[in-house]
Amino acid sequence: MQPLNATQEQAEISDQTEAGIDRARRSLIGAAAGLGAAALVAPGVILQTLSAQAETAPVTNRVRWGLLIETDKCAKGCRACIDACDHENGLDLQIPAGSPNKWERQKAVWIRKIKLQDHQTGRITQFPLMCQHCEHPPCVDVCPTGASFRRADGIVMVDRHLCIGCRYCMMACPYKARSFIHHNTTGQLTAVPRGKGCVESCNLCVHRRDYGQDSTACADACAETGHHAILFGDLEDPESPIRRRMREIQNRQIREDLELNTGVRYAGI
Amino acid sequence: MTPMKRIVYREWRISPQRYWSLIGYLAALIGIGALSFGYLEHEGHWVTGMSNSVVWGMPHVFAVFLIIAASGALNLASIGTVFKKPIYKPLGRLSGLLAVALLVGGLLILVTDLGRPERLIVAMTHYNFSSIFAWNIYLYTGFIAIVIAYLWSMADRQGAPFNYPIGVLALIWRLALTTGTGSIFGFLVARQAYDAAILGPMFVALSLAYGLAVLMLVLFFCFDEEGRPIGPRLLRRLRNLLALFAALTLYFVLVYHLTNLYMAKKDAFEHWLLLNGGFYTLVFWAGWILLGSLAPLWILYHPVLREQRTWIIAACTLVILGGFAAMYVIIIGSQAFPLAMFPGHTLLESGFDDGVQGAAATYWPSIPEILLGIGGVAVSLLITLVGVRVLQFLPESLADEVVAPDEEELAEAVAVKPA
Amino acid sequence: MAKATVMAILAIGLIAGAWVSAKAAEIRRYVVEGSRAAGLSSCVEPTERMRRMHMEFIKHQRIVTVHQGVRDTKYSLAGCIDCHISYDAQHKPRPINQPDQFCGACHRYASVKLDCFDCHASVPNRPGATRSASAGGSTDGGGR
Repeated sequence: MQPLNATQEQAEISDQTEAGIDRARRSLIGAAAGLGAAALVAPGVILQTLSAQAETAPVTNRVRWGLLIETDKCAKGCRACIDACDHENGLDLQIPAGSPNKWERQKAVWIRKIKLQDHQTGRITQFPLMCQHCEHPPCVDVCPTGASFRRADGIVMVDRHLCIGCRYCMMACPYKARSFIHHNTTGQLTAVPRGKGCVESCNLCVHRRDYGQDSTACADACAETGHHAILFGDLEDPESPIRRRMREIQNRQIREDLELNTGVRYAGI
Repeated sequence: MTPMKRIVYREWRISPQRYWSLIGYLAALIGIGALSFGYLEHEGHWVTGMSNSVVWGMPHVFAVFLIIAASGALNLASIGTVFKKPIYKPLGRLSGLLAVALLVGGLLILVTDLGRPERLIVAMTHYNFSSIFAWNIYLYTGFIAIVIAYLWSMADRQGAPFNYPIGVLALIWRLALTTGTGSIFGFLVARQAYDAAILGPMFVALSLAYGLAVLMLVLFFCFDEEGRPIGPRLLRRLRNLLALFAALTLYFVLVYHLTNLYMAKKDAFEHWLLLNGGFYTLVFWAGWILLGSLAPLWILYHPVLREQRTWIIAACTLVILGGFAAMYVIIIGSQAFPLAMFPGHTLLESGFDDGVQGAAATYWPSIPEILLGIGGVAVSLLITLVGVRVLQFLPESLADEVVAPDEEELAEAVAVKPA
Repeated sequence: MAKATVMAILAIGLIAGAWVSAKAAEIRRYVVEGSRAAGLSSCVEPTERMRRMHMEFIKHQRIVTVHQGVRDTKYSLAGCIDCHISYDAQHKPRPINQPDQFCGACHRYASVKLDCFDCHASVPNRPGATRSASAGGSTDGGGR
């Protein structure tokens, strides 16, 4: 397959191809899950209604969490999503060390804002970039201990109990989405343990998922500003708002050529 | 034709004062390395030059160099045993010892640089077999075990029958090991400089050159200290071999970059590294290519210089320095170049040192990182030094009349005989 | 002479015994006064079992929580902290790994390195729910 990440003109073709791949993968997964699946559907529905409390059943691949980011709605100079993420995950508790430049290079960043200009046309786009929650994550492939893993519901995250801090996942990530904790940490949040010497990245607010909350901190913050550039939801459910929106507007993955089937999709890049 | 003399191996018998002072120097370096390790682990990696962009720094330069030199150091033993060149046989034991010593030193650096070194037990008990890193843990430990068995088969009469099969296994294993080390980088699709299968064989070629250069330096040093002779015949052999390996590395570098240059998507990277990369361009051209490859080749093929021991030593040193330059470019330079996430676009702003306007990531090695690396080198040398001192690793003489005759001369002698 | 030796050994034994029982009493006291745990008869399992097995429980829980998203709170570390935390005069929670607090004191006594709080919060720290947690030590996982 040709690398399709080159121009926007090719986006339509890529969309079709990708849909084809998705179908193929889904049918594969379906066949594998196969036999017992029918019996599980009804309890699954009941579970959904109960899930406002702490999760007591293992997550399943009947959902796949993801984000749709509409870049034309992302406002210049706004950093509401970043601040919300920092606050939600205790990243605003980091204490700068070293020179300001060094701190910029070493601090943990889970979500960042990117501003791009097309060489040819001069068109400027901006959008937040975070872990893309791939279906086939390179970081999971390379991790020697299995600390970097993909949860059944599609969230790619680090088990900090197993992470030895080798940073190989950071070498492998095509999105530079991961941070290494270079500093001693203090005052961590109960919901987000984090400590020196491990690698971390966006986990789609996994604690919110497990306590049955609706959205992520970034998506909530973006909605609060009235921009609604970030939509969070279940990519497996054809009727979820995110899927409906993804049918309406053209969207694509960053670095589609790698065929990682990312869980975070972008419209307008 | 004089019959070949039996090779006698003897412990290294330099004066105790000299021996213990050498041990003292190395112990001091190891101590400083250990302090750096403690500092790094206590403070966290923020005291190093490493960052979220350049995640592997100077420790990895040292470690990867030592690890590939380790497999390369075993090469002379393989030539002796597997390829049946008797002239190299006397060097088999030293070759095996160095292989283990260099590998241990390299691994120690890797381990002490981990963010959570105390969790090494986790790395030993949890494996993800899709990770080339996890495979390497087996490749490295297996290598040490096989080389120890290999040494036994060389040194013990009872081991002799197993010498050839173990030698073959060791050769295959070391090829796997170096290919595996190269593949740590070669398998990374994310980065422009990696994502190339050629890095596996290229690392094998690099290992041959660096391993031999290290072995030659250690050999010269040990022999000179004690006044053991090395004859011109063996010297010529080693020298020619080093020249061949240095040329081989150049060949791989050439193919790697030509392939990249042919691909439009890698243009930016090649343009950066070969022309505009600043320090990295300098290290590539001046360090790796000029000083580390062309200069030693020039010495080793120069009709006058190549006959002089000091110039051969200079060539070995240059190959090793070139090796560090190569590692610096391959490991650090490749990370400094920004990821190509948005082809056809320029990054105007980012909150994460992403290569705004195509700028490379900043990295300057910090002193503790370098001291950690030097500590690892010192561990390798200490193991070697103690090894040759207490066990019979070094042949008593490598003079012309002791080492096996050259095969070419053998053929000539047979041809001349009837006259 | 022999008799004196026996007496001496007995005396040493008695002193040692007294010391050990004093230490045992000290262990009991590791449940810090003023924490919610101090008012309960036992932990989520019988005390003896918790003393021996708590790491196994927490470890098992952690795998299920991190990898499967189960937040069943019976053996959750956050639960340990909520219940065993104590507060100073200003109603500020004392970090539980401090040498005089529940986890810290016992681990110091047993000289077992305590790694949990390298990463985990050593006091209940839930922005938004902070007030209620520090005042009453609320039971739920509030303010996620």
